[in-house]
Amino acid sequence: MIRHLLSTADLSRADALLILDTAEEMARLTAGRSVKKLPTLRGRTVVNLFFEDSTRTRTSFEVAAKRLSADVVNFSAKGSSVSKGESLKDTALTLAAMGADGVVVRHAASGAAYRLATSGWIDARVLNAGDGTHEHPTQALLDAFTIRRHLGPLDGRRIVIVGDVIHSRVARSNVALLSTLGADVVLVAPPTLLPLGVEQWPVEVAYDLDGVLADADAVMMLRVQRERMNAAFFPSAREYSRRYGLDVRRFARLPESAIVLHPGPMNRGMEITADVADSPRSVIVEQVSNGVYVRMAALYLMLAGADDDVMSAQEGAA
Amino acid sequence: MSEHQTTLITGARILGGEPADLLLRDGVIAGVGQGLDDTGATILDAAGLVVLPGLVDLHTHLREPGREDAETVLTGTQAAAMGGFTAVHAMANTEPVADTAGVVEQVWRLGREAGYADVRPVGAVTVGLAGQRLAELGAMADSAAGVRVFSDDGHCVSDAVLMRRALEYVKAFDGVVAQHAQEPRLTEGAQMNESVLSGQLGLRGWPCVAEEAIIARDILLAAHVGSRLHICHLSTQGSVEIVRLAKQRGLPVTAEVTPHHLLLTEDLVASYDARYKVNPPLRSADDVAAVRAGLADGTIDIVATDHAPHPVEDKECEWDAAAFGMLGLETAISVVQHTMVDTGLLNWAGVAERMSSAPARIGRCDTGDDAQGRPLAVGEPANVVLVDPSASRTVDSTASASLSRNNPYEGMKLPGGVVATFLRGRPTVSDGALV
Amino acid sequence: MSRDLSDFRTVLSEDEISRALSRMAHEVVERNKGAADLVILGIPSRGVPLAQRLATRIASVENVPIPVGALDVTMYRDDLRLRPARALERTDIPAGGVDGRTVVLVDDVLYSGRTIRAALTALDDIGRPHAVRLAVLVDRGHRELPIRADHVGKNLPTSMRENVKVLLEEVDGRDSVLLGDVSATRAEGTP
Repeated sequence: MIRHLLSTADLSRADALLILDTAEEMARLTAGRSVKKLPTLRGRTVVNLFFEDSTRTRTSFEVAAKRLSADVVNFSAKGSSVSKGESLKDTALTLAAMGADGVVVRHAASGAAYRLATSGWIDARVLNAGDGTHEHPTQALLDAFTIRRHLGPLDGRRIVIVGDVIHSRVARSNVALLSTLGADVVLVAPPTLLPLGVEQWPVEVAYDLDGVLADADAVMMLRVQRERMNAAFFPSAREYSRRYGLDVRRFARLPESAIVLHPGPMNRGMEITADVADSPRSVIVEQVSNGVYVRMAALYLMLAGADDDVMSAQEGAA
Repeated sequence: MSEHQTTLITGARILGGEPADLLLRDGVIAGVGQGLDDTGATILDAAGLVVLPGLVDLHTHLREPGREDAETVLTGTQAAAMGGFTAVHAMANTEPVADTAGVVEQVWRLGREAGYADVRPVGAVTVGLAGQRLAELGAMADSAAGVRVFSDDGHCVSDAVLMRRALEYVKAFDGVVAQHAQEPRLTEGAQMNESVLSGQLGLRGWPCVAEEAIIARDILLAAHVGSRLHICHLSTQGSVEIVRLAKQRGLPVTAEVTPHHLLLTEDLVASYDARYKVNPPLRSADDVAAVRAGLADGTIDIVATDHAPHPVEDKECEWDAAAFGMLGLETAISVVQHTMVDTGLLNWAGVAERMSSAPARIGRCDTGDDAQGRPLAVGEPANVVLVDPSASRTVDSTASASLSRNNPYEGMKLPGGVVATFLRGRPTVSDGALV
Repeated sequence: MSRDLSDFRTVLSEDEISRALSRMAHEVVERNKGAADLVILGIPSRGVPLAQRLATRIASVENVPIPVGALDVTMYRDDLRLRPARALERTDIPAGGVDGRTVVLVDDVLYSGRTIRAALTALDDIGRPHAVRLAVLVDRGHRELPIRADHVGKNLPTSMRENVKVLLEEVDGRDSVLLGDVSATRAEGTP
């Protein structure tokens, strides 16, 4: 198993499946039982280090860590924005002094989690809870988990991801993870919202949403910020939703079994209409509960086992 | 330190050619050849070493006044001497900005007091580098500093009208505008070369076209008004092609490339280690090959370091928050040997041309009492550097004359090294150490 | 089974395992005074097929279906931090739950007792059984905790240098209990 969870690109197929299978057990263990808590991470300290507001992700990690009996410290570093850059190092040193075993970090700067994990400032395991426009690995894992629960193994499944790919850490993490798991990923967006060089990603690219819906197994709608139109990424919110929004008409073109995902928070009326978001084939609410299981799995696999010293001592003895 | 030290350098390969002796007396080269009069001379056995004219850097950030925590004129020129330089052009983006005669004279005087290399201040093109109105270019030219190079480096003079006027105005005193070619709208918030990698790393891309579009525009502007144009730190294959075409048409453009753009590629950014954050950004391997070829065939006239010191806290942080820039003075000749000489693209005479004579010519400091970039000939100022091409070293950023440690070559093994530097006959570096 | 078991000797044959399980099934019924409210939970990995076999035997004796499931104790172990994090095994509690019932925990080998303690803690979080009993195929001694089995297939005096290996048809392709020297294999089933 990897030491830090920074990017889904670091996950082998075996690692990814181990996390998903473990999440499946977490779901079975905590659903409908008298005591939802497991004693597994008793005595371990997990710090939620959030340089950016995200109540839903922070809460999800907090619930996950607490269900495993970890001590959870919420360290909101908002205001220590990138303009005061050194705060990342100072904060890391503070957390190290406090004895954090795991750090869940959300930061507006791409690579912040990577820096935290590799700079030598802190010894703790680092879980990336979203870094800039780079990655959001647990979101992709919960998406894959949700899709797998509905459709079975992802091999050969056709997953369509629609929207602001260039600014989306969710899209990057999903492309890497879903392709590792054998799915065929299709990115659909106006060309302005696709990064340069996307043709070298392990995906198909389409500009026309209608053309790819008929054989989609799952459609993931990405959040599109209205402000993007001020930077000329698209002319108007109305034109965007007309060309790339998922409405009832487009929803009807999907196969009966196809499901609809959204990482949230949704812009209802922009990338997705309310009736589609609330339809029975929308798994958006389920994604939230699955997020807890996936994060429990990640925390368990990264924090429950031996520290490196013990591991190497054992290997030496074997 | 006597100005009138006499040194006989024996057996050095002049411009990498046949071994000969070189006599430095009274600040000038008093003899070249065999059997020279060594009366009162310190003998320096230079067998196996290459002797070049003192290097001239057209692009150095000395940070004084304003950021003396990063570098001072003294430490910056010491680093220059350690790198074999006898003259540096100090960029204008200090605090206050070098946009008046007062500031450029202060920097120039600090250089003379330090005594490690001639400091030639670069004047800002626009007041406060703000790109709004012209600075008093004439006053800076007429000052004791005798400014001939003007640049808003760090910022692009993006307003086409302002750029045209600057190009025209400096003709009156044979000045040159050195353009930092970066279209600002195309590079808002940009963090690294725009490529497949920038898309994967989630770092805002910095397209090559943002550099190339300005270079193309300014070449056309310079041709239109009949002015000289110098292009700072050219970094892309497209830029090389545009300049090559302009030179084929006989247009008066010169261009520089930095050592780091000759060696390093954007792949280093994958570490998110801000030591590799620089403006313009590190580019692709194809771009590196193109700038090497351009430097070899003369499309690119010179190597300039863009030595840009930053304190630790400005680099030891997340990528977006980090400052742009890397050190370059002390490693420049080694990187050029590694990328150009050892690859057979350039001989040592070519290195002397691109790191000494040409930059001195462009900066108009190749004449007068303190002339730089002159040939190694009798009667010329004794600005000389001895390089050991057979040496090899692992770069240790803590062993630096610079106040800063943002060295992108840290831990890399590089060939060559400066054994001695002479500024008008007086050693500033001897046995590889500052005098 | 890639491991070389040639240095091991057989201590229980296929027939002996079958007879032991039949005897244990009868003992469970006798102790419980029937099959009412019984829930059989196997501890992965080899406790699970043993639990199923036991449940089948009890069902055939009593002619009622016996709820059977699995209880993974990985996350309750006291030695988690001595090894890298392990993959979880399936926990499967029968639909009726465990509240007010008699739970029979089933494992292949009883040794230090630590696995059983972890199972008791895990069971605590699932519900409140009326009683918990323990059935093991082999009790090899060397307890480190005050835990004993209610139903034992075979008491097997061992040295701590020895290793007990239970092979089951469902997992290993054959039924057999083997005893060998620890040095002949990697330590497994160590306390």
